[in-house]
Amino acid sequence: MITAEKISSTEKLVSDFEAVKKMLPGNSFVQNIRQKAIEKFAELGIPTRKNEEYKYSNVQKLFQENFSQSAIDNSQFSIDKYLIPNLDAHFVVLVNGFFSEELSSLKNLDTTVVISSMQKAFEQHPELVEKHFSTCADINSDAFIALNTAYAADGVFINVPDNAAVEKPIHIINLVIAKESTLFFPRNLFVIGKNAQVQLLETFETHDLPVKAIATSVTEIAIDENAKVQYYRLQNDCENGQQINTVSASQQKNSHFDTNTVTLSGGWVRNNLNIALNGENCEAHLNGLFITSDTQHVDNHTLVDHRKPHCESNQTYKGILDGKSTGIFNGKIFVQRDAQKTNAYQSSKNILLSDDATINAKPQLEIYADDVKCSHGSSTGKIDEDALFYLRARGLGIESARKLLLYAFVNDVMQTIRINTLREYLETLIHKKLGE
Amino acid sequence: MNEMLSIKNLRAGIEGKEIIKGFNLEVKAGEVHAIMGPNGSGKSTLSNVLAGREDYIVSGGEVSFNGKNLLDMSPEVRAREGLFLAFQYPIEIPGVSNINFLKTAINEIRAYKGIGPMEAKDFLKLIKEKQALVELQGSLAGRSVNEGFSGGEKKRNEIFQMAVLEPTLAILDETDSGLDIDALRIVANGVNKLRSADRSFIVITHYQRLLDYIVPDFVHVLYDGVIVKSGTKELALELEEKGYDWIKKEVVEA
Repeated sequence: MITAEKISSTEKLVSDFEAVKKMLPGNSFVQNIRQKAIEKFAELGIPTRKNEEYKYSNVQKLFQENFSQSAIDNSQFSIDKYLIPNLDAHFVVLVNGFFSEELSSLKNLDTTVVISSMQKAFEQHPELVEKHFSTCADINSDAFIALNTAYAADGVFINVPDNAAVEKPIHIINLVIAKESTLFFPRNLFVIGKNAQVQLLETFETHDLPVKAIATSVTEIAIDENAKVQYYRLQNDCENGQQINTVSASQQKNSHFDTNTVTLSGGWVRNNLNIALNGENCEAHLNGLFITSDTQHVDNHTLVDHRKPHCESNQTYKGILDGKSTGIFNGKIFVQRDAQKTNAYQSSKNILLSDDATINAKPQLEIYADDVKCSHGSSTGKIDEDALFYLRARGLGIESARKLLLYAFVNDVMQTIRINTLREYLETLIHKKLGE
Repeated sequence: MNEMLSIKNLRAGIEGKEIIKGFNLEVKAGEVHAIMGPNGSGKSTLSNVLAGREDYIVSGGEVSFNGKNLLDMSPEVRAREGLFLAFQYPIEIPGVSNINFLKTAINEIRAYKGIGPMEAKDFLKLIKEKQALVELQGSLAGRSVNEGFSGGEKKRNEIFQMAVLEPTLAILDETDSGLDIDALRIVANGVNKLRSADRSFIVITHYQRLLDYIVPDFVHVLYDGVIVKSGTKELALELEEKGYDWIKKEVVEA
């Protein structure tokens, strides 16, 4: 294991960049962007709670620990336990954000489709990198996008060319292996061509992490005209697994983007999901589900930017919170002046199972066009006692009645997952989690 | 014949207010008892207390069901022991399919009795057969529990569930309320087909109308938390004719 010296404060992260920047991949074009990004990060700094976007998520506290930035030698181990039962997929393994050729399996992949490490992509596909790198995720909008853009060492690069359809889902397995507290910066870039189709799945299921880790990741997804992309994420790390991740997608006209973020465990999770609708007739479906317990913290920030007419966005987020856990849903919808005939819907529903659990739900609509349909709704409550009694009066035990009701609550989000084996796997995980 | 249900001097209420004030009733296997009474007499409290609703507090008396102390049992154990309440206002449960819910219920009841889960094909056969009994469309059984059902469909769904779960004692809590005459006939036919020598019914109703279709062995009049008059089906007709004021007057005079 290569270990750099301890890093964590804004100043330290900025000054350390000088030392590591020569080792980071990318041509002068990319190096230029990195330089701008670190300057931006120096200016923005690690956000305090005075920053409205981080009001309920104390990242300062997260960064109080001394973290090392580390890479991993690809030690031999089996990844069988991280595979999803019965899922026939191409799979890619990232260890601490580094692409592992040895552990990945990309057999029978259509030769026109590229799945490689970002390191390789910087060398072998400079034209695609220059066209898309740092275009979907804006370094000026968020300190962690800036930080990641500066430090990004590796990750997954996917290019599905025009008119190609990837038959099997592409499963990205994110593992963390560390013996001391670790901070790392995975960077992914997915370039999906015109009329292309792909199903992407990312899982985070590290269960045996003895020290704290923070993945500060950025995934950019460039979706060209008429393309259809499904992107699913399962976050199920142990409590030492922490992440501040940003997914920024940019859609061109007639494209469809469906995404679903399921968070079942992980000590501290911040998900930023930004979608820019840059062409007419786009559809974006954002669904999310989080089931928290103990002292877990799950923060979902979404931003849908309607920039062109005749687009539709639809988001449903559901949370079930137990113990002393906290959840946040902050959903922003912008409808720009040109974006007439926009349909934008948002719903956030939550169930609190304990008096000590907290949810902050905040919808924000900013509408500058006059011919649009937008709606949002948010509700938070307890489990329905009348329904519970009804089920018990038919012979269901209190625990199975509770489970049935909670499962029913999340069912509509589950039904948006169109890979059956993934949905079945999630169902077993959710039943296990609700049975605790 | 054995006593199936024996209620002795039951006192119960909600939110500190006593509503059932020394209620007595004996129900033998195979009998149908109707309990009638004006609004506020305690009919719904009685059914909720018997089904085990936890916000109702029992302050005195005994209830034995097939020789066991009913009041000691949780709602689910009461159901597994063979008690069924057809709700006055069936609850809508979005996302839970009728079929899944009934399958879970049957299998939990079977597990309680030490029997393994029902075979899928036997379950489907049972569902089909019982649907026909209450003329419930197949599509309703596959939908979420009571979600978007009309009033009549909800009540039919209650009787359908009863038919599937085959209780030994069924309490029908104002099952006739909100039903038009056709729905009433269908519901009553369903109940009549389920009458048998080892199954008893308590039919709680405000109106005599239902008792034209489900003919009771006994009729009791509940007023201010106690039974003030008992008789046979003719009592229901007399009530219909004279109204509840007749009973109230008798109670005051006595």
